[in-house]
Amino acid sequence: MLLIPCPFCGKREETEFHHGGEAHIERPKDPDALSDEAWAEYLFMRTNPKGVFLERWVHLAGCRRWFNMARNTATNEILGSYKIGEKPPKGAR
Amino acid sequence: MAQKNRLTEGGRIDRSKPVNFTFNGHPLQGYAGDTLASALLANGIRVVARSFKYHRPRGIMAAGVEEANALVQLETGDRTLANQQATRIELYEGLSATSINCWPGPNFDLMAINSWFHRLMPAGFYYKTFMWPVAGWKFYEHFIRRAAGLGISPREADPDQYDQMNVHCDVLIVGGGPAGLAAALAAGRSGARVILADEQAQLGGQLLNERCEINGKPALDWVTTAETELADYPDVTILRRTTTFGYYDHNFAGLLETRTAKLTDGGEHTRQRLWHVRAKRVVLATGALERPLIFSDNDRPGVMLANAARSYLTRYGVKVGSRVVVFTNNDDAYRTAIALFEGGVKIACIIDTRSAPDGELPTAALALGIELVDNSTVTGVTGGRGIKSIEVMSLNANADGVTGVPRMIDCDVVASSGGWNPVIHLHSHSGGKAKFDEARGLFIAGETLQASVCIGAANGEFQLDGCLKQGFQAGKKAASLAGLKKSSRRKLPVAETIDETPARILWALPTTKPIGERGKHFLDLQHDVTVADVQLAARDGYKTDEHTKRYTTLGMATDQGKTGNIPGMAVLAQALGVENPGDVGTTTFRPPYTPVTLGAFAGRNVGVLTDPVRMTPMHHWHELSGCTWEDVGQWKRPWYYPQTGETMQDAVNRECLAARNAVAILDASTLGKIDIQGPDAAEFLNRIYTNAWSKLAVGKCRYGLMLREDGMIFDDGVTTRIGENHFLMTTTTGNAATVLGWLEEWLQTEWPDLKVYCNSVTEAWATLSLCGPRARDLLTEFTDDIDLSAEAFPFMALREGTVGGIAARIFRISFTGESSFEVNVPASYGLALWTQLMNAGEKYGITPYGTETMHVLRAEKGYIIVGQETDGTVMPQDLGMDWILSKTKDFLGRRSFARNDSMRADRKQLVGLLPLDKQTVLEEGGQIVAENSTARPLPMIGHVTSSYFSANLERPFALALVTDGRSRMGEQVYIPMKDRNIPAEITSPVFFDPEGERLNG
Repeated sequence: MLLIPCPFCGKREETEFHHGGEAHIERPKDPDALSDEAWAEYLFMRTNPKGVFLERWVHLAGCRRWFNMARNTATNEILGSYKIGEKPPKGAR
Repeated sequence: MAQKNRLTEGGRIDRSKPVNFTFNGHPLQGYAGDTLASALLANGIRVVARSFKYHRPRGIMAAGVEEANALVQLETGDRTLANQQATRIELYEGLSATSINCWPGPNFDLMAINSWFHRLMPAGFYYKTFMWPVAGWKFYEHFIRRAAGLGISPREADPDQYDQMNVHCDVLIVGGGPAGLAAALAAGRSGARVILADEQAQLGGQLLNERCEINGKPALDWVTTAETELADYPDVTILRRTTTFGYYDHNFAGLLETRTAKLTDGGEHTRQRLWHVRAKRVVLATGALERPLIFSDNDRPGVMLANAARSYLTRYGVKVGSRVVVFTNNDDAYRTAIALFEGGVKIACIIDTRSAPDGELPTAALALGIELVDNSTVTGVTGGRGIKSIEVMSLNANADGVTGVPRMIDCDVVASSGGWNPVIHLHSHSGGKAKFDEARGLFIAGETLQASVCIGAANGEFQLDGCLKQGFQAGKKAASLAGLKKSSRRKLPVAETIDETPARILWALPTTKPIGERGKHFLDLQHDVTVADVQLAARDGYKTDEHTKRYTTLGMATDQGKTGNIPGMAVLAQALGVENPGDVGTTTFRPPYTPVTLGAFAGRNVGVLTDPVRMTPMHHWHELSGCTWEDVGQWKRPWYYPQTGETMQDAVNRECLAARNAVAILDASTLGKIDIQGPDAAEFLNRIYTNAWSKLAVGKCRYGLMLREDGMIFDDGVTTRIGENHFLMTTTTGNAATVLGWLEEWLQTEWPDLKVYCNSVTEAWATLSLCGPRARDLLTEFTDDIDLSAEAFPFMALREGTVGGIAARIFRISFTGESSFEVNVPASYGLALWTQLMNAGEKYGITPYGTETMHVLRAEKGYIIVGQETDGTVMPQDLGMDWILSKTKDFLGRRSFARNDSMRADRKQLVGLLPLDKQTVLEEGGQIVAENSTARPLPMIGHVTSSYFSANLERPFALALVTDGRSRMGEQVYIPMKDRNIPAEITSPVFFDPEGERLNG
């Protein structure tokens, strides 16, 4: 079970959190300007790397805030978590 | 004869405390300190079980957690435990155990006939044989389950209680042998918070089986001193009878503690505790398990591990046999020969696969006059239910065959040793890699992903002195890395180091014929997997350990291959022509190390505590009224309120008629309520909902639909503008938390610029929904500050005032199609107001109604329920709800309307269905076909989503999703059942008051 560093509360057990999929998928500003392929890309397509992955989490049973985290999917090493709008930690970019 | 194999002295048992027990119904006696296995051996019981597949007689082969044969059913009734290892059951007064997997008993088992047909049951037998025909599986399964059964689980509820502990520590040390104890001392002295866990009742680990010395005194004296010292440290916790069964990410470990010596019964305690430990550092001192030599018929009762024979003698004062052969490829087994010899057991000889071993231990054994047969192997075993003699031959030059004249040696026990495997299971659980040590033929821990270290025998260090040194070093370092740097200047203990000469690793040992043609070379004793099976798997094309494991079931039994896996992988490597078994690899060990009671995982969350129950403020009124309940999420909602003698249909009919003809009342408190405030609240709703919200006047309500970004319906509900920047959103009961999460997610991640706050207020309000033609008459009696007339208080409006003297919000919204008033009062007033309304409403015929009537009434109006008419693939257009889709603004999901899949002409659309016989209530979920045919299969054009009998329509009706349904009005379709096709007509989904006039009444 992961020990997740919530940027607002500190390290907490994984059971308090909910995973929110890949981070930094921005909702298109003008959806109508997108081709069907580009819209499908936004809707469905996600990367699935073996290695460092930037992902969203929400501290559901805590502060209920969303944040991003850099985690190595092969080792579960957590390189760091950061608030929405902030940049990923060094080594995760 | 009682305890005929018990020595008169020696061992760590208490001969002054006899313990009575029964095995397969026979009364027997052992001593305090015995395990069931040692007591059985003391009583001369050799056959304790039958094997899984061939039902061959099996005896005790180990003295600990690696036991593969001696599984028993412990006790009967509600406390019975299945598949318990006799080697791990501490003997207690009155214990009752029976053999498993044999009938009528282990000495005569009818299923042993499988043994004669073994050539018909090779590896992959089930895959090859039972794949075809598919329908045959029903027959095969019955046979297989009966033939291959293990123990029986209890049918009654577990009477014992289980607890869970959540703890943090600086250093978790797994294993209380010499290395683990030394680590605990070092970490404890530094002031660290330490947990030391060991699976046995006594600390000491392998020292309990040996006669060695530390500091020139018996090693167990040092263990006692160490325990005394550790007991003085307030931050050191020693957990005995505690198995660390799993080691997970970020130094999280799961421990199972058995709290009483009597395994089956917690008595006044909780029986077991599950410990969740989060440690800064973990020290794995989990020791090593001996592996057997793999020779022909190595499963006969009497073949056991050399260390087990030593343990039974040294620890339990039990002679495992009267003439023992020690069979080895290494020096350590000579310790067994010497211990047994000195304990008065006749050693027939030592057979060593090596030539002229000259280490300290072999030299000492020869000095005692024990015969050594070197460069040889056991080629055969005589005796089915117990060894009578063995056949021994010399190994040829390549050690792949035998040579010379066979020699028969009389004996009743073969104590075999193929070397030791470090227990790296926990290291592997947590993502650590295994590294093959070619010179010694064993896997040791490689790189770890955790803040952990393997020490002692678990690290391949088999010298006692080395274990102690590694322990002190690791304990000190772990504490220091955890931030505790206080050092101790105490003298470290010392033990004698005995040089051992290298082992000769041969894996499967040859006999006079090719392997598989004379006897069986067992790798996995519990699943009856042999060397021939693994070789066959290699011939069948299996190239990796993970696939071979699944094909042959090697290592998949309850012991998880603790003795068989490594030799099995080595045999696979040889069969594939791979030189180094490390290149084939070892399968990843997975938790649990040993089985864990399911009750321990549940802990106290059983019975009424399994899941929280949410109750509305009026719950107890409903309960007293005798309603039936429907579970909606965690909520309990009244389903219907039957009166004496009424069936469900009777009750629902009565409730439905009252709602349309008099007045009826529903407890709608469970509806999700989210308070939304902020200057950007209206803009936020514009983006979340499909329709427009900016122009909604204060005091007005509007129905809204939420979509996911893929355009599919996610939730619906009515939202009311309470103030300029203040809205109250309602959601479906089951979706309330999900919708709140959805709103927060968009606000925080995508639109942090919007100034909006959301808060769940579901529990703050009690919601009483009055509907029907007399609803206004009743409510008028309760308020004098709200004008309830249709002109002053129209449909879809909010009024605030008092109801029955209680501050209230009244919403004129309706889910039934009737004129309705949804009264919201603070939750604590809910029951009082409900009771007053019921009393005052009696003269109008007020009728409480439940969720079933609510469903019928809304379906008569064609109102959808999210999750019933929708299933995550339904768009608003499919339901004919285009009217709610704004064309002037963007909202979540809108772009997806233009996707190809959304534009398909053959999408399913919401329609009504009227069964032609006016009697049959269609089954919800029933498939719809266009053709009245008995042929199967038929192309399906849709399915029934809701179906009820309507007392108001005096007939059954249904809602359905049908391909291109809106162009099929008036068409006849069929709902095929097992025995007939039910004809029905496609209609509009609105069956009652299609103009909606009653809403405004």
